[in-house]
Amino acid sequence: MWCGIDIGAATAKLVLLENTVVAGIIIPSGFDTVKTAEELVEHGLEKAGILRKDIQCIVATGYGRRMVPMADRTVTEITCHARGAHYLDNEVRTIIDIGGQDSKGISLDATGKVTDFVMNDKCAAGTGRFLEVMARALEVELGELGTLSLKCEEKVAISSTCTVFAESEVISYKNQGKKKEDIIAGVHEAIASRIYAMVHQIPIQEKIMVTGGVALNRGMVRALERKMEKEVEIPGDPQIVGALGAALLGRESQSIKKGSFS
Amino acid sequence: MKKLNSYENLKKLVGSHYMQAKTAHFFNQKIGWVSSGAPVEVLRPFDIVTVYPENHASICGAAKQGSELCEAAEAEGFSRDLCSYFRCDRGSTLLGTSPIGGLPRPDFLYGCNNICGTILKWYEIASRHFDVPFLFVDTPFVHTTMTDHAVEYVAAQLEEIVPYLESLTGREFDEQKFTETLELSKTCVELWKKTLQFGAHKPSPLTCFDAFTQMAAIVSLRGTQEAVTHYKTLNEELESRIQKGIAAVDNEKIRLLWDNIPVWYAMRGLSELFENHQACLVADTYTNAWASAALDTGNPMESLARNYLEIYLNISMDLMLERIIALIHQFDVDGMVMHSNRSCKPYSLGQYDLARCIKEETGIPVVIIEADMVDSRTYAEEQARTRIEAFLESLG
Repeated sequence: MWCGIDIGAATAKLVLLENTVVAGIIIPSGFDTVKTAEELVEHGLEKAGILRKDIQCIVATGYGRRMVPMADRTVTEITCHARGAHYLDNEVRTIIDIGGQDSKGISLDATGKVTDFVMNDKCAAGTGRFLEVMARALEVELGELGTLSLKCEEKVAISSTCTVFAESEVISYKNQGKKKEDIIAGVHEAIASRIYAMVHQIPIQEKIMVTGGVALNRGMVRALERKMEKEVEIPGDPQIVGALGAALLGRESQSIKKGSFS
Repeated sequence: MKKLNSYENLKKLVGSHYMQAKTAHFFNQKIGWVSSGAPVEVLRPFDIVTVYPENHASICGAAKQGSELCEAAEAEGFSRDLCSYFRCDRGSTLLGTSPIGGLPRPDFLYGCNNICGTILKWYEIASRHFDVPFLFVDTPFVHTTMTDHAVEYVAAQLEEIVPYLESLTGREFDEQKFTETLELSKTCVELWKKTLQFGAHKPSPLTCFDAFTQMAAIVSLRGTQEAVTHYKTLNEELESRIQKGIAAVDNEKIRLLWDNIPVWYAMRGLSELFENHQACLVADTYTNAWASAALDTGNPMESLARNYLEIYLNISMDLMLERIIALIHQFDVDGMVMHSNRSCKPYSLGQYDLARCIKEETGIPVVIIEADMVDSRTYAEEQARTRIEAFLESLG
């Protein structure tokens, strides 16, 4: 059994892999990364009904990757997402990962090797955090944003890139009596524009897979498709693609011994 | 990273250079503050002690005092978007502090806009502050080819400076000494070129982090015997590393090219990060900026004009691209790391386009990290680490 742990900014994920995914766990990233990682493994073992010694290799990824004491090795989330996405669909050439605190675009070739990537820098615009802030301002649950936005009648325009200024815009729309659905659709479009501008720096080739927690928001995905004028693919569980890739890299590096991380 | 023995030599050399500057007025010597791209050779025959605010700022950055000094300049009203070398220098002037206790008071300033337009305003501010003259050399930008009239224009300005320096120092211009300076400068540049050229060897006996440290002498002591002696010793050491099969990075697997000014406060962390991935930065565009063409001592002013006109930051993006591609081939690199330097606009503007052109023309992948040369407030270490690691994973 192989294990991949992805400690992200908002959530921590674990995948246990045999011939196929045996267990996928998602919990919030706590303050104490070491504890979060232990909790993940515990949940995973329980769900898969196995013992710690049954795990041959643990690969850690994500922002907290270097704080996972039980990891045998660490690999960046970029390489892991590429590996995971390629495993799920080997026709994928572009990955757009929208996580809690960062978003990235990854180009891969037919073998799943990363050929280029781009990430947001020092700015929360175009990330899950942006959505969290707006959801709070609009008093809706994060999970409701997608469905609500699809009921939009007249989308508002959010011109600020900055999360804080965009929140002020949202509040002023609220005070103008605009409908929540219309504001949410505007928020999605703002994020889609931001992500598109960033991902555009790498070649956007089909198929495109969107991963990360924000991929669960249907309204957001639709806005992104409209912006790119291309359809995207959403995996069954978009949040665990990085952890899956980590588990796969662990399996490969053990079978090839001297594995290349690609 | 294996430390070069020449590092100690250099430390002594830089130390005595600043000591000499600090005591210059006591010995009735004149002090000039000089910009890194100014034709310093003209000053040497007058026994003027030269100091480089840019070099001083890099020392502040490496000592992690950059942000604090920048903040002092910002408190005076200067924008955080301005060059951090300027802000650092200004802060040091205002506070009178730095790792070397601040630069000695100048008798005049000598700057050239071949590295940026900021120099002009920076030195004007210093000129008002110290109430000293500012000698300015205007170097027209080289868009496609260097024109004869641009060369004549710069050479004429250099000629004009001579009588001023005579009146400042009370000495006559000594042609003989000038020729000697040019010879020393020429030899120094040749030795420096050779130093950098060692990076083409596989495995490389030096990394660009070594070059960033070792460049202090080519910048600050160009045209002096001390610099020539230093680089001879350094080259002997590098030669001996090659003879003994000593690599700067053990098991060198990945060879990289660096672009832009170093991230002075993060040098150690970055060099360890690359080393841990068996990646060696074998060359860079920055230190190569001082590996200019050979000076023609028979035609000094024109030759200086040509050299200082075509330095890296005074040429168009097309010409920059040509030089980068030449370095990629010369050093046989697998990838390129670009430092998008918040402060240095002439260096950083156009990097995204350059990166695209490099990928298209050579197939060499490029990663861009965002930072600043001395203002650590702009640097997110973890984000830079993820980018670099992911890049190295894709090359490995």
